[in-house]
Amino acid sequence: MPVTESPRAARRLAGWFEERLGADRIREFIAHKTVPVHSGTIWYYFGGITLFLFGIQVLTGILLLLYYRPTATEAYESVQFIVTRVEFGWLIRSIHSWSANLMIFTAFVHMFSVVFLRGWRRPRELTWLSGIVLLGLSLGFGFSGYLLPWNTISYFATKVGADLAAAAPVVGPALARFLRGGDDVTGATLTRFFGFHVAVLPALTTAFLALHLALVQRFGISTPPWIEERNRRRGAPIPQMPFAPNFFLRELMAWYAALAALGVLAALFPWPLGEKADPFAPAPAGIRPEWYFLAPFYTLKLLPSHIWVLEGEQAGLIGFGLLAIWWSALPFWAVDGAGRERTRLLNGVGVLLIAWLSSFSLLGYFK
Amino acid sequence: MSRRLVWLLAAFPALLAADSCRDCHSALEGPLAAPAAVFARDVHAHRGFGCADCHGGDPAQDDPALSMSRARGFLGKIGRLQVPRLCARCHSDARLIHKFRPQQRVDQFSQYLTSVHGKRWAAGDAAAANCVDCHGVHEIREVRDAESPVHPLKLPATCARCHADAAYMARYKLPTNQFEQYRQSVHWEALARRRDPSAPSCASCHGNHGATPPQVASVAAVCGACHALLEDLYRRSPHQPVFAKLNRGGCSVCHDHHKVTRPSVELLAGPRSVCVQCHQPGSGGAAAAAEMARLIRSLQSELDRSDRILEQAARDGMEVSEAQARQQEGREALVKARVAVHTARLAEVAARAQEGLEIAAQTYRAGQEALRERDFRRWGLAASLAAIALTLAGLWLRIRALERAPAGWP
Repeated sequence: MPVTESPRAARRLAGWFEERLGADRIREFIAHKTVPVHSGTIWYYFGGITLFLFGIQVLTGILLLLYYRPTATEAYESVQFIVTRVEFGWLIRSIHSWSANLMIFTAFVHMFSVVFLRGWRRPRELTWLSGIVLLGLSLGFGFSGYLLPWNTISYFATKVGADLAAAAPVVGPALARFLRGGDDVTGATLTRFFGFHVAVLPALTTAFLALHLALVQRFGISTPPWIEERNRRRGAPIPQMPFAPNFFLRELMAWYAALAALGVLAALFPWPLGEKADPFAPAPAGIRPEWYFLAPFYTLKLLPSHIWVLEGEQAGLIGFGLLAIWWSALPFWAVDGAGRERTRLLNGVGVLLIAWLSSFSLLGYFK
Repeated sequence: MSRRLVWLLAAFPALLAADSCRDCHSALEGPLAAPAAVFARDVHAHRGFGCADCHGGDPAQDDPALSMSRARGFLGKIGRLQVPRLCARCHSDARLIHKFRPQQRVDQFSQYLTSVHGKRWAAGDAAAANCVDCHGVHEIREVRDAESPVHPLKLPATCARCHADAAYMARYKLPTNQFEQYRQSVHWEALARRRDPSAPSCASCHGNHGATPPQVASVAAVCGACHALLEDLYRRSPHQPVFAKLNRGGCSVCHDHHKVTRPSVELLAGPRSVCVQCHQPGSGGAAAAAEMARLIRSLQSELDRSDRILEQAARDGMEVSEAQARQQEGREALVKARVAVHTARLAEVAARAQEGLEIAAQTYRAGQEALRERDFRRWGLAASLAAIALTLAGLWLRIRALERAPAGWP
């Protein structure tokens, strides 16, 4: 009888896969995976939202690849074709651009929530470091992707960015030359950035994302020390929520909310195409990078032309480099030799960094 | 005297050269001191010329009796009638002038002789304008020097110094309203407001050294020096033989001469129409002019309408750059239609206007399509948001059901 044979066949097929993939162990792992429930649980969703937005990036990026042509003569026209002629091309391109920006925003939120909820503590140092690398890769995606439509704003902003890179001491000129594929931003730069954007960065991101997620599974989700301490004193265990389905369904709600936000932004504020870049035209007034580079960009503008024996920009870039290294090494300086947390230093630095990023980004945007 | 100073003086003999003219006149007062005070700024002084090169005499002599001796060629104050020939002594000498500037013209004096100014001068009229009236005396600057009275931006005011002086012009029975009229013209707007030194001024139409009023028959040629296409269209128009026969000045019949105002469709029909000067209301010519005006106004209005809808679409985030680029072609058709008025042929204007109207219709349709697409997107968004809201509500109910069940998480 087909009615009874069909479920039997499906069960046999499932059994065949189970035998080869060991899905029962994965199911077992998921069934026992829990998420701590406390006043800061809401911040746990931002890692998942960032992952969701990355998924959107991959999907829409692949669709854009079907039409995009990475040459100086065709790039702008191909993007124009996508947004004007391809069915729903405007939506895909707009979602790709908005999602990229939201992803970087949620990645920053995720990073700071990890800092303040102490998610970086032993043994999660490598989880933190892999997250920092992923944030750097996201910024790399942003920088390389910004040039790809080959419009006036993106062209000159990339020029400014590459010139800043050239000002870095020792490696600057070679780095800028490597990025640009020459002494100036040209079609060679576009092709190179395209390669970074669709091959090099995705490969690296996949590897580091896998590592990051594996480490999160390996050590579980961290609970802030003051919650642990409070529950220890009360002699009560920290409440836990099953990952599946309870936490996952909530995460799914967050993803839907992010999708709704993306839809609103893409439909009401489609990402503009601008005018085609003309390398021989003078740079238009008010050229500035994307918002996530505005804080360092504006800080560099405020620096004097010379600081000690260095040029202002060089000193600024060295400062930012050292700051990035110091911030990446947070798990190693935020606790003292006896393993006690340097709470004031950590909170102070975290708050200062947020204040600097937000205020200088706003100043850079409006000035 | 130190050894260093001796070397310095030996190296720069010019420092040792005596110029008793400047030394003495600097010490004088009143009009006799003025030339010495300003000559340092004169282009001739910059090129190494001195007072004696025009006035004669011997500047190496300290004794005025010797330095201003007729025996040493002293000419004294140069009379107005002597000025042109004195200037021409050097300025018509190509070998001398080209030492300083190889491209410099040397035909100013011969040109001057052809001018009304020069002809009156030749007839012995000392009041007729000569070199110094325009270029100044003792403080002559290069034409490109913004302080020069003949710098393009200052030239009209320089001409007006005499030509707007009613008392001065009375003896020549010349009108004095040219400068006032010019200051209402589109040419003045370009010169004075936009500070465009290439904008037409007096010399552009009348010439400079050979300044002569153009003959009535030559007006179109004068205007055509800049407006070549318009002159060509006019010459092929039915107006040209008629105006020539009536001895009317071509372009200036409709556009005036000194007071060339910004052209507009108002010149064709309506209260400011210039066509009614010749074409009676109700005549074929007046009807053709009115139809030309209607076509041009219609095209202008259609293009404006397309601009508005495309701007609206662009403001709402729609990509309409192709249609906006097409609008440029429509604007070009409008310019062509306006230009075609100079053919005085309705069919020519209609053809250009029709070309523009077709473009305006296409771009308007593109704008409408963009707004329809915008609305479609917004409805799509509303439907998607409703679906997402329903899903969120479903998920929330599912979570609540899960967590109310006894097997829920502790």
